[in-house]
Amino acid sequence: MNDEVNIKDMPIDELLELMQDDLYDGYADEVVAEVNEALSRGMTPYEVLTQGLVAGMDIVGVDFRDGVLFVPEVLMAAKAMKAGMIILRPLLAETGAPKVGTLVIGTVKGDIHDIGKNLVAMMMEGAGFEVINLGINNDVDSFMGAIDAHNPDIIGMSALLTTTMPYMRTVVNTLKEKGIRRDLIVLVGGAPVNDAFAEDIGADACCRDAAVAVETAEKLMAIKREKG
Amino acid sequence: MNKLQQLTETEGTVILDGGMGTMLFAAGLDSGNPPEEWNVLHPERIRAIHQGYIEAGARVILTNSFGGTRFRLKLHKLQDRVVELNRAAARIARAAADRADHLVVVAGSMGPTGEMLQPLGAMTFKEAQAAFAEQAAALAEGGVDVLWIETMSDLNEIRAAVAGAKSAGNLPVVATMTFDTHGRTMMGVTPVQALETLGGLELAAFGGNCGNGPGEIEGVIHAMHQAEPGAMLVAKANAGLPKWVNNVLAYDGTPEVMADYAVKARHLGAKLIGACCGSTPTHIKAMAQALADPNRKVLVNLPAPDSASEEKLSRRRSRRRRA
Repeated sequence: MNDEVNIKDMPIDELLELMQDDLYDGYADEVVAEVNEALSRGMTPYEVLTQGLVAGMDIVGVDFRDGVLFVPEVLMAAKAMKAGMIILRPLLAETGAPKVGTLVIGTVKGDIHDIGKNLVAMMMEGAGFEVINLGINNDVDSFMGAIDAHNPDIIGMSALLTTTMPYMRTVVNTLKEKGIRRDLIVLVGGAPVNDAFAEDIGADACCRDAAVAVETAEKLMAIKREKG
Repeated sequence: MNKLQQLTETEGTVILDGGMGTMLFAAGLDSGNPPEEWNVLHPERIRAIHQGYIEAGARVILTNSFGGTRFRLKLHKLQDRVVELNRAAARIARAAADRADHLVVVAGSMGPTGEMLQPLGAMTFKEAQAAFAEQAAALAEGGVDVLWIETMSDLNEIRAAVAGAKSAGNLPVVATMTFDTHGRTMMGVTPVQALETLGGLELAAFGGNCGNGPGEIEGVIHAMHQAEPGAMLVAKANAGLPKWVNNVLAYDGTPEVMADYAVKARHLGAKLIGACCGSTPTHIKAMAQALADPNRKVLVNLPAPDSASEEKLSRRRSRRRRA
């Protein structure tokens, strides 16, 4: 750690700002130290999460969307976020902090591409969501099993191939048949996926990139909560 | 003089083939199944695809081995068949090329591992290099003339691929990257950064492939040519983007669009010009005809330089507190 930066003497606002900056730059050890320092000053785990880590990942998301940051920087920021979350997660559970939401995400059957989907998973975690990442090549049973096991708010489906994206419709149709489509937010993404396709298959939205996925998820979760 | 040099010297502009995956799906490959397995299951279908491209005018054909490293084949539990599947890919293309009554160069396609190198991912440089070396050796054994690394986004992975390819003997090596994210690769590499690295690797040619369609690659070629006018540049653009229209998926890069692109790419400095996903022999034929037509005129609308890039850089820098 840089000797010139003494976090003990730093006002809390500055500490949080530094935490955001270090997260942005992917400095995991520094983020951990700042999370511990913020907790030791009496901030609640939820405050540290939202005002420190999530606020930092918000900036990462915006700069990724705008082409300021690219995949390597986002991955390093996500690693720093993860290091901070190792401290915060048990404390959040203990203190019964409000949950942002739960996401089940996977690449659909026939498709083995996962870099974009993993970015979405990381950015959603960065935004405070609980994320169940099913990996690649998921059939309907895999999605349904995860829905039963984790009771998510959101289902995210990804496809890179034009030949696999139609499978998203199969999953949406199964949700409808089971009568649970209205209980869930369905987000779809991947290079060939567009708004017209999302609308056509009955998804709630198409998300162009990981930053848009977070924005959309937060917006739709707010609407979902209002509806109760 | 190797065969690729022969072509570039006699042809001026060398016409490359188009999409392989697009043709495989049209021939009945089920999504999610490994294309490379068809080299032994349905070699006649692969040969027919090569044949189609040769008849359309392609002078370089790429083998059906894009996902042929052990990292990709492992996703289909085929990692123990790297040698068999790549060698077969090379032999099929070799046979198709040798049947032509003019020189057709066989290029052994080598795509990314799909893994990220340390520290971002788990793969070491050595593992990556060994995987590419294994694939390259099998392609060489099957009779390719060139090793053709494509669709790369990470400069370190491309270094590993080139090192692996060079260990397979003294075949010429070509390498292209995909600049599909705000004018850079997914990993943030600009065309000029790519040129700076690739230019030092003793490649026969380099450039861009795949991505978001012709306009993007035109920008890449322009940037590289401006920075290094002597570079032997490759343009292999997708046939536009797949669009979901009326319940059907269609690429918006029609043969006519791609014919314009071919002439523009040549004007901007590309010497080897072909196409990638979404393209078919019909596209390549239209491109070959356009390139052969001395009266063909094309309006070159250069992509606007990313005026925001300086501002973006300063936005990033200003955030740095440490280091």
